[in-house]
Amino acid sequence: MPEIIRKITQAEAIREALEQAMAADDHVILIGEGVPDPKGIFGTTSGLQERFGKTRVFDMPLAENGMTGICIGAAISGLRPVMVHQRIDFALLCMDQLVNNAAKWRYMFAGQVSVPLVVRVIVGRGWGQGPQHAQSLQAMFAHVPGLKVVMPSSGYDAKGMLLAAIRDDNPVIFIEHRWLHGLVDDVPTRSYTVPLDKAEIRRSGKDATLVAFSFMVVEALLAAKALADFGIDLEVIDARSVRPLDMTTIIKSVRHTGTLIVVDTSWKTGGIAGEVVAGVVEAEFGALHRPPLRVALPNLPAPTSHHLSRDYYPDALHLSRAIVSHLDAAVPDAELVSRLLRSTPHDVPQREFSGPF
Amino acid sequence: MNHPVKRIESLYRAMQRIRRVEEAIADRYAAQEMRCPVHLSIGQEAVAAGVCAALTRQDGVFSSHRAHAHYLAKGGNLTAMLAEIYGKAEGCCKGVGGSMHMIDLAAGFLGAVPIVGATVPLAVGAAWAARLRGEDKVIAVFFGDGTFEEGVVYESINFAVLHQLPVLFVCENNLYACYTRLSARQADRSIHGVAAACGCRAMNVDGNDALAVFDAASRAVADLRAGSHPVFLECSTYRWREHCGPNIDDDLGYRPEAEVAEWMSACPVNRLATMLNVLPEGQDLLVNIEREIVEEINDAFICALAGSTPLQADLPGYLYA
Repeated sequence: MPEIIRKITQAEAIREALEQAMAADDHVILIGEGVPDPKGIFGTTSGLQERFGKTRVFDMPLAENGMTGICIGAAISGLRPVMVHQRIDFALLCMDQLVNNAAKWRYMFAGQVSVPLVVRVIVGRGWGQGPQHAQSLQAMFAHVPGLKVVMPSSGYDAKGMLLAAIRDDNPVIFIEHRWLHGLVDDVPTRSYTVPLDKAEIRRSGKDATLVAFSFMVVEALLAAKALADFGIDLEVIDARSVRPLDMTTIIKSVRHTGTLIVVDTSWKTGGIAGEVVAGVVEAEFGALHRPPLRVALPNLPAPTSHHLSRDYYPDALHLSRAIVSHLDAAVPDAELVSRLLRSTPHDVPQREFSGPF
Repeated sequence: MNHPVKRIESLYRAMQRIRRVEEAIADRYAAQEMRCPVHLSIGQEAVAAGVCAALTRQDGVFSSHRAHAHYLAKGGNLTAMLAEIYGKAEGCCKGVGGSMHMIDLAAGFLGAVPIVGATVPLAVGAAWAARLRGEDKVIAVFFGDGTFEEGVVYESINFAVLHQLPVLFVCENNLYACYTRLSARQADRSIHGVAAACGCRAMNVDGNDALAVFDAASRAVADLRAGSHPVFLECSTYRWREHCGPNIDDDLGYRPEAEVAEWMSACPVNRLATMLNVLPEGQDLLVNIEREIVEEINDAFICALAGSTPLQADLPGYLYA
């Protein structure tokens, strides 16, 4: 049978992954604040309660830590819960259960019991998401042995990695980005999985390795395309997985390019970009032609006002300027501006977006 | 309620076994070979024995840092528990857990961990899974009065009541969280009263009376199997030794002497021993039970101490499935 591939949004791809996982396995249950709502977590859970019923798809009390513990209890008792938080910031309320129980239950009981739990968390951005609705906390989760942490950027990977996460017998923190939900990608109709531990080279190049996470892959590819006009040939790696980091793919690329630039969706201090840099420096210091560079958020929480957030998030223009400066390349800034200055407002993913999230 | 002699005997045997195991741990602790914290259950044996006697092997139990009594009463393997405390490869967690991490899945002892309140939602989740999977199972979770101050307990109770899950919440109220008295930590209202207000069927029993605990737990378990509201059982009891460690620490003066004396005179083990002692051939029975228990414990210690050293190389394999 020929494979059917069509263009759907990432939100639709995530919904399809959930639907296929639930159809394939009765033990998969879906729970979260707003899951059965008319808006269905940005469309990612729409229609699932109608199809699978109220015992498998349901809303939950506003009790994030307790509900996480309840999902862990269900997971060690044979179910495969998928829990959703509309913002990753709310998952901070679950850190006790995630770090103390989910991450350690298997280990501390010497492998006798596994915790097949998926926690979907969404990183907000723009339209005033502000200090407590726009954090990108992958490094915090990735710090903890026992958790797996992924942040796909493409719709294809979002579907395949979510299906893989639900089939995985370990707790997986599945980090989505609100600005990726609306992007369209070629996604097969069939059920398939994408590994939870492999980076993907999105663009081959020879001058520098650009490792990007989540939405920053979109910006990195825009920057790479613009800089190609000036003979700067960037290799763009979509990290996809945060724990484990696929250092093999990254190191192999750096051996080839001699330059490492890491683009993160989060703060620089203590961030995952630093972990990538450390891994490369430890393994291949001699291969580096110049110091590594991190492009990340300033060490400040996200401000709410759109006046204040204008320069908070690095976009393709910020990124390409940083790359040009780092490589000491001769590229007129006006040329970068003409290619990369956003024609859309800086605080929404698409011009037609009229808020709120 | 009248109890058959066999019931009294089995509860006594369970309690005396726990008491002697804990005393043996305390006696040998100074040898510096059990290199982990121990939170002993001496004085609180009746709650574990009474509740677990009301459960079947298929029912599940969760507990906390003070888990030895619950583990043993539910049928957990004694040698594996001692080997775990000694850090041996034959331990119930192969040395990764220690005294505060008990598990014996074959016995339905689903796990104990020392983060206060951490297993309360897990018990609710296990009951929820049992419900969704159509299993006839009751899940009991043991915790102390201090745990009742944790927010996660209220979150868990709310969900259990909302979905009428077969959970038996067992609060061992021993009046102290480490050195701090209940009255310094909680407002002047009863714990079971708050549980009732949360929608549980709540009861308060003398936690030093194993027969009373057994009766209350038996009713609760029967009701839960019939689909009743979750049940909250507050058991008043008392810890005889220090919060953590093998010693008696009343020289520190944090508990009134008269209070300690009163609770020790209400010893849960002696209570049933006295009942058995007056029976025809009761004294022989007590002597036989004592002999059997001491033999079992001595053998278990020998076996645990002869265990092998766990391997560092095995650790990474435990982390991910």
